[in-house]
Amino acid sequence: MADVLAVAESKRGVLAGISREVVTVARTLADSLGGSVAVAATGASAAGLGVYGANRVLNVESPRLGAGQVDVWAAVLADHIRCEGYQAVVFAATATGRDLAPRVAAKLGAALLTDVTGVTVDDGEVVATRPVFAGKALARVRAQGSPVLLSIRPNVFSPRESPRDAAVETVTTDADGVAGGYRVKGFEASQGVALDVTEATIIVSGGRGMKGPENWHLLEDLRNALGETAALGASRAVVDAGWRPHAEQVGQTGKTVTPKLYLAIAISGAIQHLAGMRTSGVIVAVNRDADAPIFGVADYGVVGDAFEVVPRLAEAFRDLRDD
Amino acid sequence: MNITVCVKRVPDTETRIRIADDGKEVMRDGVKYVLSPYDEFAVEAALQLVEEAGDGQVTLLSFGAEAARESLRSGLALGAHKAVLLKGEPTMDGLATARVLVSELEDGDAGLILFGVKAVDDDQQQVGPMVAEMLGRPCATSVTAMEVGDGVVTCRRAVEGGQEVVEMDLPAVATVTKGRYEPRYASLRGIMMAKRKPMVEKPAPEVEPGLVVERLEYPPRRPEGRIVGEGVGAVEELVRLLREEARVI
Ligand SMILES: Cc1cc2nc3c(=O)[nH]c(=O)nc-3n(C[C@H](O)[C@H](O)[C@H](O)COP(=O)(O)OP(=O)(O)OC[C@H]3O[C@@H](n4cnc5c(N)ncnc54)[C@H](O)[C@@H]3O)c2cc1C
Ligand SMILES: Nc1ncnc2c1ncn2[C@@H]1O[C@H](COP(=O)(O)O)[C@@H](O)[C@H]1O
Repeated sequence: MADVLAVAESKRGVLAGISREVVTVARTLADSLGGSVAVAATGASAAGLGVYGANRVLNVESPRLGAGQVDVWAAVLADHIRCEGYQAVVFAATATGRDLAPRVAAKLGAALLTDVTGVTVDDGEVVATRPVFAGKALARVRAQGSPVLLSIRPNVFSPRESPRDAAVETVTTDADGVAGGYRVKGFEASQGVALDVTEATIIVSGGRGMKGPENWHLLEDLRNALGETAALGASRAVVDAGWRPHAEQVGQTGKTVTPKLYLAIAISGAIQHLAGMRTSGVIVAVNRDADAPIFGVADYGVVGDAFEVVPRLAEAFRDLRDD
Repeated sequence: MNITVCVKRVPDTETRIRIADDGKEVMRDGVKYVLSPYDEFAVEAALQLVEEAGDGQVTLLSFGAEAARESLRSGLALGAHKAVLLKGEPTMDGLATARVLVSELEDGDAGLILFGVKAVDDDQQQVGPMVAEMLGRPCATSVTAMEVGDGVVTCRRAVEGGQEVVEMDLPAVATVTKGRYEPRYASLRGIMMAKRKPMVEKPAPEVEPGLVVERLEYPPRRPEGRIVGEGVGAVEELVRLLREEARVI
């Protein structure tokens, strides 16, 4: 069989936008392999994903599938994949997907490609491109055996409509084969962090040149002027100084991000920082040092004092939105 | 409680990656190697947990070339008690690596097995949970802090938008990220003592990888950027370019 499974993602009862990208990639693979696409979801219905090419939608329910019970979800998925004999399974390379996919892979004894940015089928086998060494190189990798599991980097594959009349099924499982021993006790939302950097389409990132946490209101104001899909990021120097939480760190030992627009404010552009953001759509740098390495990757640079430029920039974006 | 930490030797993050002529590997000469930064957090976590408990030993386990000895010694210098090196060539296939590590771990007595959240060479982010599955143990990923209680370990996990708290039955597995565990520096005494600590070396079992790297390439160069201007005077033009040329706002 040459069918492909897309694993959708949901958060607090809402289907995550990345699920559309996951189904789009599954559709592309299924077209090349000559099979159909199924989507599996839990926590929110994936019925709407027929638009992106799903032939079959499985909404999975279980009393044991509480929020965050990744051990149960992994076991349910592995059982399903084994039964249906998919040739490929596509996950999102989000925090959730990175936690989930290796568990499923190990249960199936299947190879896993993480953070894929390109994928094709050659000679009936999946061949994927993925960044290695934090994006300093790209590897073209052939996966042998079946099934092949892959997780796709967010914001890289644009969702493409390819409507199907998806058959929607609700599957109930008692998941009694799951060992247990893993109990989610609670969740604490980070203070003030509305949107994770990996989910944002615009990132306003601040560096040591911002001088101290008391000046972050300038960056917050700029973020707010850019709308609801904008998030704050930071360099490691800022995180190490304790000005901002590690969740906001962009770079080799922080998050890898691919927003549409990345604004690097008072960040020098060290190689480890570039590793995390160089595949952003458009990069803007504001730095008072015209020789700062960040200008080497920036599409647009402004040489100047962030304390003057940032408020003016926020004002200009706000004017645009009001028009 | 004994703790085992799996560590990998990787090129220093400063290193410029140069692709070898065959286009399949990176050149190794002139490259400085280090313990993968997240593995340093895991080592620190293990040392702190053992120190707090006042009992137990920390074992380091690495699958890699003979040169990985150096990395293991540097971990011993920080305070780990012993090290095991499984000699062989790791591939990008995390499942194959997990199988090699499990060959050593399955007979071990570690109450906790710790990993870095990812190795910063292949960035696959998978070996920890794979090992846990193979051993049939619970696993928490992206852990920033741990508390060992009676037969359980409570972990704080960095997840999108916040921290999740998870309790696991021991024995368990965790992958560690930046949080409570800032790596310490080796003391001179630590470095001296490391030379006398036990290091076992044996050949790694042969495992066929399911992933084959066909080609390595440099990422496409970003198109030449430009300086829009200086100071606040450049703002108007920048916004125009973002809107009309780049069309991102
Ligand atoms: C193992 C390892 C892992 C690392 N991982 C990461 C990582 O994940 N992410 C990361 O970011 N770094 C990482 N680093 C650190 C990295 O090497 C740099 O030290 C760090 O990125 C520097 O942060 P910065 O640009 O904010 O600070 P600096 O390098 O100090 O740069 C500050 C910049 O602000 C500019 N500036 C100052 N004042 C103003 C002003 N008023 N207006 C405008 N501009 C101004 C300066 O010209 C300068 O360019 C890592 C390092 C190592 C060794
Ligand atoms: N060859 C190896 N030897 C020992 N531990 C490893 C090896 N490869 C990976 N690991 C461990 O698994 C973690 C995740 O690696 P990866 O899945 O390759 O990103 C690393 O941080 C190490 O703790």
